[in-house]
Amino acid sequence: MEAVKVQDITPGDLPWKIRYDASRCTLCGSCVAACSFRAINAKVEKRRMVFSEGDFPEPQQRFSAVPVIRQVHSLKHYCRGCGICEKVCPNDAIGPVRNIDNRHSIVTRCVAGDAIKRGGRKNLEATVRTLDKMRIGRISQMTDPSLDAQRHSFDMLAPFGRILPAGKLPLTVNAAGKLVPDGQAPPVRWIYPVIIGDMSIGALSWRMWEAVAMAVAYLNEECGLPVRMCSGEGGVPVRLLKSKYLKYMILQIASGHFGWNRIVKTMPYMTEDPAGVLIKIGQGAKPGDGGLLMAQKVAEHISAIRGVPKADLLSPPNHQGLYSIEESVQKMFLSFNAAFKFRVPVAIKVAASSTSVSVFNNLVRDPYNIVGGFFLDGIDGGTAAAHEVSLDHTGHPIVSKLRDCYLAAVAQGRQGQIPLWAAGGLGRTGDLAADAFKMLCLGANGVFTGKLILQMAGCIGNEQGRCNACNTGLCPVGITTQAPALVHRLDTEKAAQNIVNYFLAMDQELKKLMAPIGNSSLPIGRSDALVTTDRAVADRLKIQYVC
Amino acid sequence: MCRIGAIKSIHYIHPSQALLLMQSQQKGHDNSGFAMVMQDLGGIFEDYKHLPTLSLACTDEGLKVAEDILHGAGFQRLLQWVPEINPLPGLDINAMPNYVFETFDYPKHYKKAEQKEKEELLLDMRLKLRSALEQDEMGFVYSFWPDVVTLKEIGDPRDIGTYFNLWQPDDKFTAKVITAQCRQNTNYDIVRYAAHPFFLQGYTALANGENTFYQKNMDMQQKLHRGYLGFESDSQCFLYSMHYVHRELGWPLEYYKHVITPLPFEEMADRPDRDVLLSIRQSLAHLEINGPNTIIGVLPDGTLFTCCDAKKLRPVVMGRSSEMVIIASEVCGINELLPDRRWEEDIYPNEREIVTINSALEVQRWKQ
Repeated sequence: MEAVKVQDITPGDLPWKIRYDASRCTLCGSCVAACSFRAINAKVEKRRMVFSEGDFPEPQQRFSAVPVIRQVHSLKHYCRGCGICEKVCPNDAIGPVRNIDNRHSIVTRCVAGDAIKRGGRKNLEATVRTLDKMRIGRISQMTDPSLDAQRHSFDMLAPFGRILPAGKLPLTVNAAGKLVPDGQAPPVRWIYPVIIGDMSIGALSWRMWEAVAMAVAYLNEECGLPVRMCSGEGGVPVRLLKSKYLKYMILQIASGHFGWNRIVKTMPYMTEDPAGVLIKIGQGAKPGDGGLLMAQKVAEHISAIRGVPKADLLSPPNHQGLYSIEESVQKMFLSFNAAFKFRVPVAIKVAASSTSVSVFNNLVRDPYNIVGGFFLDGIDGGTAAAHEVSLDHTGHPIVSKLRDCYLAAVAQGRQGQIPLWAAGGLGRTGDLAADAFKMLCLGANGVFTGKLILQMAGCIGNEQGRCNACNTGLCPVGITTQAPALVHRLDTEKAAQNIVNYFLAMDQELKKLMAPIGNSSLPIGRSDALVTTDRAVADRLKIQYVC
Repeated sequence: MCRIGAIKSIHYIHPSQALLLMQSQQKGHDNSGFAMVMQDLGGIFEDYKHLPTLSLACTDEGLKVAEDILHGAGFQRLLQWVPEINPLPGLDINAMPNYVFETFDYPKHYKKAEQKEKEELLLDMRLKLRSALEQDEMGFVYSFWPDVVTLKEIGDPRDIGTYFNLWQPDDKFTAKVITAQCRQNTNYDIVRYAAHPFFLQGYTALANGENTFYQKNMDMQQKLHRGYLGFESDSQCFLYSMHYVHRELGWPLEYYKHVITPLPFEEMADRPDRDVLLSIRQSLAHLEINGPNTIIGVLPDGTLFTCCDAKKLRPVVMGRSSEMVIIASEVCGINELLPDRRWEEDIYPNEREIVTINSALEVQRWKQ
């Protein structure tokens, strides 16, 4: 018999245990083949059978070798609870079971001597989300009529770009009494108030990224919803850069500048301007930490598009050469504005932080009027790869911080001058329309979302530790992997269709929220429409307390 | 629901006309107050058109405080008119002790000042008076402007009319433009300042409706101009936006409509002036209104106009004779004053229109 030491890794130490019923198993091997983590394998077990033949007990024993499916006892190949085995099993013979007594967070650190890395969102959730403590409580009843979500028309677009105060608009009244342009104003695009957040090729499989891009094109071309997608910091396929669909893409640049060599070289061949440029300073899920693409995900095509060798790709935590906000405004914003001849809005994305209002104030007072959006990302956002300690323990919730920034703008009479876009766990319950609507009422011009898009496409990860393996390159549903066999599990058309359908449903639901408060335009800053039964939330967000 | 009304006439008319206009619509309002602004004054004020008149409801102490402030600033009183009151028992009126209409001459050092300078001074004085009289509700300063008087009171409009002898026409207290409304604030506290019409530097606005973008309008307006204050009613936002667009920005009136009820993005995209309209919409997004509204406004040059919310959720109608134009929430009000007009020429403005009436009573329908 194999000797076992108490410090050896066994399923009891791991976050998931495999439930296996040998009596139902036909040994087809589907589960083993499908498990991208190699957390299960086929094994032969020795079985002893005691039996008696004849009229009186005469115990005999028989040994046999039985093929079974067993969980691998390994910290490298451990079950993530993705449930793909269960999905492919024809007989319901196998599946993961959460092991609440696991010692994974301890043994992993003890064995590896290294920080735990994973994907997904924050997995520590102690309280009900603030967004769920608020309701739309100012309903049009008698004082004004509710609108009809089906019958009335709604104007649901959000600005992306720097907006001048009315007194500074380059307009003049001509002899005919009409206002006419009298100079140049910063570019502003009016787009759908939900942007598909920045997820790079590399973090995502090329097929998943393609599915998102297809969905965005379809939403624009066929559905009339001007949804924009942010490229993430991983470059953009040259074919797309040269195509007319570039106008739906917001190009991201972060501290690694991945992919920009190709983008810059393609500029002379672009037939459309991009929808915008987003300079990423930080992200909410791992604030103060740069992007992280593990070497195992740096496939040949990723190397090519990013212009880097196969290695762990770490974007530095900050942009080298930028030491102050003023400098960033002058250097990065001016250069990116100039790159597209001041036709394309340039925005900034920062992680929500106690300092966010200071950053926002600096930008909103910038004399150059070239910061075209303040993207604020809260702690509950998802990520393809980060240190677990960052995911779970660093960051700032988005709701109060967005509100702080909006109220800071109001206090200066500058609301709307730099559009506020918020993210970080929005749509976490699956209901993005409600989350987005509440954020708009608190002062956001729009929201952006990433993780939810992956879930639309089939991501089975959640905030209770399920899967969260985006960093490994072994995504069981082909979304965050570059391994061809896994990538091909993703049905690109179906993923795109799901995203399109979700947006169509969300569009209806937004109208169903606007109609009862009698608004045909987005209720930006309509905090009077929200109520909460939580006194602390009411005080903090300056909304009405109800009970 | 509120009912609002406005009369613009070639000849001077007495406020009894406004009472009649509103009385016939009384089923649509709750008879909780009466407020009116009279502009282009006749009668005893006719000779003082270029000098500011103070409209004040106050206590004895409040009157002294107000006069001390104005005299201290160098204003010299030229005319005082105190309406003769008729305090019959049983009248439903929550009256202030004094109602004073006083016309002043400018301080000496302002005699040669630019018009704009004088206008800023008048606003500053009104704000100063308002602030000084707020304590213990010593008084309410409704307007301090040339050729304008304002009266607002809480109670039944019929009784308020009786109290001030307004039912009895005379030629002492008349104007060519009268805007009126017969209801106290219902959504918020009953405060005299909350009753429309609202007045600021020559601009008057009154509205029938509910501005559901009140919060965001107010958030924005509070920082735009020192005169945008109070916000006792969501309808004040209409006045402040009008003042901001027309006076502060210097844009023609049509852009007021573009600001408060911008064209849908789709419609805007097909217009030759789309860039201008879009930049207006984005810069003044927080002044957009929502909800059901009809607005009646008066500009400093006496132009009367009306417009509606973008979905035409509240009524308004305009009727006219050769000598008078009336805008009212309900046609019965117009029928009362102009029973013999050609009613088929009445105008029911749509959601994209501004209808304006100039001093020659020419009516223009301008479509957004």
